[in-house]
Amino acid sequence: MEIERHVVDSITVISLAGDLDGRFAATVQEQLLTSLPADERILLDLTKVPFVSSAGLRTMLLIYRQAQVVNSTVALVGPSPELRSVLSATGFLGFFVVADTVAEGVKELSKTELKRSGVT
Amino acid sequence: MTSPLVLRDRIDSFPTDQVAGYNVRPGRTFPFGATLVPGGVNFSIFSSGAEAVSLVLFRRDEKTPVAELPFPDEYRIGGVWAMTVFGLDFEDIEYGYRVFGPAEPEPGDRYDAGQILADPYAKAMSGRNVWGVPPDWNDPYPYRSRLTFDDFDWDGDRPLRIPPEDLVIYETHVRGFTRHSSSGVSQPGTYAGLVEKIPYLRELGVNCVELMPVFEFDEFENSRINEATGEQLFNYWGYSTVGFFAPKAGYAATGRYGMQRDEFKNMVKELHRAGIQVVLDVVFNHTAEGNENGPTIHFRGLDNRTYYMLTPEGYYYNFSGTGNTFNCNNPVVRDYVHWCLRYWASEYHVDGFRFDLAAILARGLDGAPMQNPPLPEALAYDPLLRDCLLIAEAWDAGGLYQVGSFPNYFRWSEWNGKYRDTVRRFLKGDAGTAGDLATRLVGSPDLYKHRSALASVNFITCHDGFTLADLVSYNDKHNEANDEDNRDGANDNNSWNCGVEGPTDDEGVRRLRLRQMKNALLLLLVSQGIPMILSGDEVGRSQQGNNNAYNHDTPLSWFDWSLQEGNGDLLRFVSRCIEFRMAHTILRGHHHPTGDDQYGCGYPDVSWHGVNAWQPDWSETSRLVCLMRSGAAANGGTDHIYVAANAHWDDHDVELPVLPDGMRWHLFADTSAQTPADVHDPGAEPVLTNQQWTTVGARSALVLVGRFSGV
Repeated sequence: MEIERHVVDSITVISLAGDLDGRFAATVQEQLLTSLPADERILLDLTKVPFVSSAGLRTMLLIYRQAQVVNSTVALVGPSPELRSVLSATGFLGFFVVADTVAEGVKELSKTELKRSGVT
Repeated sequence: MTSPLVLRDRIDSFPTDQVAGYNVRPGRTFPFGATLVPGGVNFSIFSSGAEAVSLVLFRRDEKTPVAELPFPDEYRIGGVWAMTVFGLDFEDIEYGYRVFGPAEPEPGDRYDAGQILADPYAKAMSGRNVWGVPPDWNDPYPYRSRLTFDDFDWDGDRPLRIPPEDLVIYETHVRGFTRHSSSGVSQPGTYAGLVEKIPYLRELGVNCVELMPVFEFDEFENSRINEATGEQLFNYWGYSTVGFFAPKAGYAATGRYGMQRDEFKNMVKELHRAGIQVVLDVVFNHTAEGNENGPTIHFRGLDNRTYYMLTPEGYYYNFSGTGNTFNCNNPVVRDYVHWCLRYWASEYHVDGFRFDLAAILARGLDGAPMQNPPLPEALAYDPLLRDCLLIAEAWDAGGLYQVGSFPNYFRWSEWNGKYRDTVRRFLKGDAGTAGDLATRLVGSPDLYKHRSALASVNFITCHDGFTLADLVSYNDKHNEANDEDNRDGANDNNSWNCGVEGPTDDEGVRRLRLRQMKNALLLLLVSQGIPMILSGDEVGRSQQGNNNAYNHDTPLSWFDWSLQEGNGDLLRFVSRCIEFRMAHTILRGHHHPTGDDQYGCGYPDVSWHGVNAWQPDWSETSRLVCLMRSGAAANGGTDHIYVAANAHWDDHDVELPVLPDGMRWHLFADTSAQTPADVHDPGAEPVLTNQQWTTVGARSALVLVGRFSGV
């Protein structure tokens, strides 16, 4: 699992590469959760993630909830059709804005208003 | 194995010993089962007579164990072995137990150290992850316990607590509901597929789904090929539980990834969001372990004499008709069932339970019926289950029939089998049923006088027996496809084919059948008590005369969505009837009507009529039952509803009771009329031109509502 960060149009893009399963969920949490930018728009790029396990789904939701705490918003980019169907069946899709490409994700996220006050 | 970074802020989060190369420490005895704790997993297992126990660990899908960890004897307190194991990759681990019995077993002991046993408390099980994929019959451990997270994001959901009097229950099968290609859902036959059909349930108007068994079972149990047809026969219904704490993985689109728990919870969440409750059909009368020749899965090898009712010689009592009988009133088993239901109510937010062959819950350890059985009593008073429906199928296969007498503690409801039998007999025109029908229409006070009318779950059809379309199309069962020489299934169906056995092009017969279906559903939905509709009856679903389609995973037992077009007028009729019920509180009260003017509206709360108003005919040959319900309306005014049910083969003119000044009779439904005149929008019913007399057609029913003119 590799994690890369860069900024596109003032939006933080976090790209993951590799299977997001129990073995890496802890790493991802460790590297992301404690340093999630506040008051930002964040794209989680899953284009290079072939498989997400139950623990991986939870990691994504943890990122979403932590983002709420620091008043940021999160969108997903490029989940495979299979992952999208898993996200849909388990209800995780309801929490995220989903886009096919980083460019689209940037456009979608730019539309969202950051809340004035943090949600805890 | 290396463990990921763990914040150890508890003294007991450090290992104290090593077993088989794993860091371990004495575990916590409660709760039973496997629980994730900081840095590890706590395993706790009970056996009253075992001398030693090992924890057996597998990597996912591998046939041979990766490790076997004997519980050190000092890890045992009483009959409970508990051990915390650190550093497990809990997504990749499947676990089980090996149990060593005493050197000199008692009669009825079935310890077998050669077997690996599943955890009865496993919250997820693997082995049957994708429905219908043939299993490896040589797997030494076919149903495997898995570790789970219990941190679903409910996003504010909670059980709905719809008042029971407002419920309309819809009994369905998770797979059968959307498996048919006509369903059009993206994940046919799954929990997710059911979610896609919520708009249909909303449109129909039901507000509670009762799901046939969803606890993990093996669809391949007793599976075989029907030699005559070549069909693969399954355990399709699932009344044979393997894992009581685990949702059926094969019903989840995500079962292959082990995410059935999330998918199930999301289904509950989405149903709740749509205002629909979830009741589970639970099977505690027996387990999938069968009799002496059945498989050893868990209970048998853990503690056979505790979990099963045994004869003094150690053989299985068979009050369930399936080989064994769960020993529900043994204190250990009672706790097990109790915790299982608490778990589903709290962890899965389900709104109630229907207990299969519940009379077994009222039997003692020796099989004899008990006056005051502890299990039904404990469930009735449980704090967590307070708002859950508890519905007993109040009979069993051992001849105990407790409809009206199931130990209820003023809390339990029952599937009212007498309602089903009486309405069926009346509808087919049997003599001598008018008086009994009257009793059933007002909540069966003969059975539930000292309880509430809501003790009666009224139904005419359920999964067991004919569908409604078959009830009016077949005199006899036609179960040849079950490959049991038509011996299985009930013989006392009280059905009538309307003149021709099975499908026919005869328009007269077809019209009569449609009318009979409407009669049944109309009476059901104006009856006091909680109505239950069998999924598919609203669109006239047939099983070709099969009244026990338990082993068919084929279009025979699936919901055919194209029926919506062909039988759209029936669907329209049923949804209007549900809407009508919802609009009239006098049809849904807690209390049985008494025949007195309870509401000060100048009319008795129920009055009985015949060809002449106020003159009912209760004679043996009467096939006409007319009643008026009067009382307070939801808007504060008074409400009057008149129901006439004519099972006679001739029309009858009936004199209508006179309404209060200014009120006039309006026609809600008349099953003798052709669509769309058969039913009207509640609140917009047309006024009757003749307010003194009306005609109730042959084998028809009509419902009138009193309203002020122009209102």
